[in-house]
Amino acid sequence: MTKQEIIAPENLVYKKPELLNDTPMHYCPGCSHGVVHKLVSEVIAEMGMADKTIAISPVGCAVFAYKYIDVDWQEAAHGRAPALASAVKRLWPDRLVFTYQGDGDLACIGTAETIHALNRGENITIIFINNAIYGMTGGQMAPTTLLGMKTVTCPYGRDPKLHGYPLKMADIAAQLEGTCYVTRQSVQNVASILKAKKALRKAFEYSMQGKGSNLVEIVSTCNTNWRMSPDKANKWMEENMVPFYPLGDLKDKG
Amino acid sequence: MADKEVTLMKGNEAIAHAAIRCGCDGYFGYPITPQSEVLETLAAEKPWETTGMVVLQAESEVASINMVYGGAATGKRVMTSSSSPGISLMQEGISYMAGAELPALIVNVSRGGPGLGTIQPSQADYFQTVKGGGHGDYRLITLAPASVQEMADFVDLAFELAFKYRNPAMILSDGAIGQMMEKVVLPPFKPRRTEEQIAKECPWATTGRIGMRKPNIITSLELRSEEMEQNNLRIQAKYRECEKNEVRYEDYMTADAEYLIVAFGSAARIAKKVIAIAREQGIKVGLLRPITLWPFPSKRIAELGKQVKGILSLEINAGQMVEDIRLAVECNVPVKWYGRLGGIIPEPEEVVEEIKKMTR
Amino acid sequence: MTHEIIISGFGGQGVLSMGKILAYSGLMEDKEVTWMPAYGPEQRGGTANVTVIVSDEPVSSPILSSYDTAIVLNQPSLEKFESKVKPGGTLIYDGYGINTPPTRKDIHVYRIDAMDKAAEMNMIKVFNMIILGGFLKVHPIVSIDGVLKALRKTLPERHHHLIPMNEEAIRLGMEIIKEM
Repeated sequence: MTKQEIIAPENLVYKKPELLNDTPMHYCPGCSHGVVHKLVSEVIAEMGMADKTIAISPVGCAVFAYKYIDVDWQEAAHGRAPALASAVKRLWPDRLVFTYQGDGDLACIGTAETIHALNRGENITIIFINNAIYGMTGGQMAPTTLLGMKTVTCPYGRDPKLHGYPLKMADIAAQLEGTCYVTRQSVQNVASILKAKKALRKAFEYSMQGKGSNLVEIVSTCNTNWRMSPDKANKWMEENMVPFYPLGDLKDKG
Repeated sequence: MADKEVTLMKGNEAIAHAAIRCGCDGYFGYPITPQSEVLETLAAEKPWETTGMVVLQAESEVASINMVYGGAATGKRVMTSSSSPGISLMQEGISYMAGAELPALIVNVSRGGPGLGTIQPSQADYFQTVKGGGHGDYRLITLAPASVQEMADFVDLAFELAFKYRNPAMILSDGAIGQMMEKVVLPPFKPRRTEEQIAKECPWATTGRIGMRKPNIITSLELRSEEMEQNNLRIQAKYRECEKNEVRYEDYMTADAEYLIVAFGSAARIAKKVIAIAREQGIKVGLLRPITLWPFPSKRIAELGKQVKGILSLEINAGQMVEDIRLAVECNVPVKWYGRLGGIIPEPEEVVEEIKKMTR
Repeated sequence: MTHEIIISGFGGQGVLSMGKILAYSGLMEDKEVTWMPAYGPEQRGGTANVTVIVSDEPVSSPILSSYDTAIVLNQPSLEKFESKVKPGGTLIYDGYGINTPPTRKDIHVYRIDAMDKAAEMNMIKVFNMIILGGFLKVHPIVSIDGVLKALRKTLPERHHHLIPMNEEAIRLGMEIIKEM
């Protein structure tokens, strides 16, 4: 095949979603963020909401999410994204409003904002990337770091006597009256990616139908700070993260 | 309530009624004495059923100010109110809003500190407000009302200034102005802006990509130092413009004054009584009342500094604004401070004694 | 005319609302008014006081060093405010709350046994209006009509049937106040 034949439209088998722009991503090779960004972009476009989406990015690795997905973005202070989203959705009820947060942002410094936004039943979706570590600041212990897991601030492994226990935010969220849909997904293979996309679509739709707040946790990897190859990180996640953070829907009131 | 009707209400209530009337889109707040009547009045008035204004009791002042950030980033007229300890919690959000160049109104009905302090009135948040309580090089447009009427009038003015300069604005009041009742004529009703008006007036706002325009991004983050310096310079240029255009003050009996009191807010009210008593005793005292604390009326104070024999900075704090007065007059005239602390408001007679000391 | 008044007593005695009605009455008669409470954490009990200024001119300081009239409804209030009445000014007290009566000779002292009378006539609810009536007898700075207008304005509709009782209380206060 010639190059011209290869790029002919009828031979197109796969393409980057339209809302994902050409800015080179700063994420490490093997990181789950890129996959989730792609899914979010696809779902927004498929729902026809590209002109009606207001997204909130966190502080952490996804701080620059606004550079990659072509919707309107607000960049929040660390942990405060759900507070921003609450106000935005109340002021613009017909907009698709979601936050995109990591474990440090959502489950540590922003626990109060997260729980209260969810409990108020704000018609928003919170996308929660849980890779059990602080990525942007260089691999420190997160609220979701597993027991025994080594990070630069628990170099001898997370010890509950010293550091307390990992926090299961989705389990907490599922108990709140205000949440409509709480699910835990992953994106390490094709099957899981397709499931995660369905979950995102469902959450976004519920939020637009005014059914309450939605939390989509994505159990993810951080191969760089886990000090593993991407492939090994995926495997380690399946063997260690998933047993503690089991996948599937925790609540679906929709 | 009909337009132009004279009514009696607390300063805090006036803030709430004025907000509803001036097309405010959203209020986000958390209870704290002595300003809780703002949220209580809004909750009782149910503006969401009339003007469509959103009213939300947040889980904390931290959440309140970040809700304001979110709302302001969409071009809406949004506000919060609190009192000193709550305003301290909001400093992060205020700095972010200044950095992201977002217009919003924050009302501080201040009380005595430091710490949990007292619920009684105080002006001890002057430094925090005008010197930048949060991190980074920024300024807060600050209006200091001295009456319930001004509490009502400054809501719209603060929004206008905030949007003109794309910067947060603060109404710095205190427990006395917030809690006292006076006659007030509420501002006339002004409709909330439509989606189209917001899109036109705030082309930067994150409203969703109306008409699939290029995405708007609201952020205070810029990791490239050269770019960040440019951002800072742009913000500073805006502040210089604001200093040029927006200084507001009240001259009171300064024409023949030999002594000058500089006081803002409730202290300025006390000062007027002091002036009446002092003038009965033959001491010609006048008042310069800064209405904008930032930008500060330095030029007018410098002019008056050449006319008078002494200046007394009357503040309900340990002497904060006095530093700005001294800078303004460049040591050309003696500048003294008098004030009370801990929630005690200076009484007129004790201030008259201070004036007398200056004349000796 | 400027009249500067402090009203002080226990929380729950209606000190703040009496001040509010007085201020509102001033408003009804196109006067300048300021109502400045000493606010505290106490909802019931504890001490409460309010400064009310009614004037023909814009009011300057809502915080004062001295008063034209002090209305004191308990002993601590008397002790705090007797000395702050301007020479030639007025002090009004309810005998029920005061063990040690005022001693100043350079002011006009009035006693009004409103608490006893209110208990006797089953008018405890409008105790503060008896006091207000007494004050208005001494200093008619607003008319009874003004007060009634203010009541109509400030009371919710469902309480308007109580207005005649309030009027009765004001008139009663006017009768029973006596100069000492």
